[in-house]
Amino acid sequence: MDVITRTVDATGQSCPGPLVALARALKEARTGDLFELLATDPGSRSDVPSWAEISGNELLEAEVLEEGRFRYVIRKVV
Amino acid sequence: MSTTATTQTELDTTSLADLLRRVEALETEQSKQIKKKNKLTIIAWGGNLDQIWPTTILATTAAASGMESSVFFTFWGLFAIVKPDVRITGDNWMQKMMSVMNPGSAQKAKLSRYHFAGAGPAMFKKLAQDHQVATPDELIALANDLGVRLIPCQMTMDLLGLKREDLIDGLEEPIGAATALAEMRDAAVSLFI
Repeated sequence: MDVITRTVDATGQSCPGPLVALARALKEARTGDLFELLATDPGSRSDVPSWAEISGNELLEAEVLEEGRFRYVIRKVV
Repeated sequence: MSTTATTQTELDTTSLADLLRRVEALETEQSKQIKKKNKLTIIAWGGNLDQIWPTTILATTAAASGMESSVFFTFWGLFAIVKPDVRITGDNWMQKMMSVMNPGSAQKAKLSRYHFAGAGPAMFKKLAQDHQVATPDELIALANDLGVRLIPCQMTMDLLGLKREDLIDGLEEPIGAATALAEMRDAAVSLFI
C-alpha cells in the first residue's frame, strides 16, 4: 500500500487557501508522492477535483470525515 | 473490362490529387491558428476592492494549479499596486488630485457598492479575517511568490503620473496594449475585471 508522504492541514482556510497550501507542498515533493489534504472549506469539494484536472495531478480519494470536514488524497504527477 | 479499369485508375489519381490539395489547405489553415496555452491573463482595469479581490484570487489559483498566469494592471487597477506608503503621486494638480481620490495599494481599495465611507470595506475585511480568506494585498504578495506575472500598463502610468518607484516591487517591466493583446491572444482564459 502507498504511504501518505505528507498531510497538508488547510482547516479553516477559505478559497484559494487550501489549493495554495497544497500546491506549495507539492512543489517540494517528488513525483508519485501521496498527499493528504484536510479542509473545511465546502468549496473544496468541487475545487480540489478541478484543481487536480487543471494541474494534471491525481485525486485518489475525496471523503467527508464528519460534518464540514473534508479529506482528500492526491498523488503528485507533475 | 479494360476500359472500366482505366477509368477507375484515373478516378483514383484525381481523387488522390484532390485529397492532397485538401490536406495542404488544411495544414496551411492550421498553421495560421493560434495555439492556446494553459494560461490565464487578466486585465485588471478596476481598482475597487470587489474587483481587485477576485482578480488576485483567480490569478493565484491559476498559478497554484500549474497554469501560466499574468495580470495586466491598467487604469484604476494600477492604484492597487501602488506602494502603501506612497501618498500623492503625479506631476500636475490633475494627476495629484486623481491620486488623492484613489489612495494607493490594494489594502486601501474601496468597494464599488456599499462603501459607506469605508465602513463597507472594513466589514468585508472583518468577514474575510473570520473566514480566513486572504486579503488582496496578501494575495498580490502570494501571486508574486507563486510566479504570477504582474505587469503594469505604461500608458496609464504616464497618464496618471505614476512612476515605477511608486509601484510595489516584483512587477515586470511596464508594457503597452499590443503586448497585453499578445498576452491574451494565446491564453486559454482571458478576463477583463
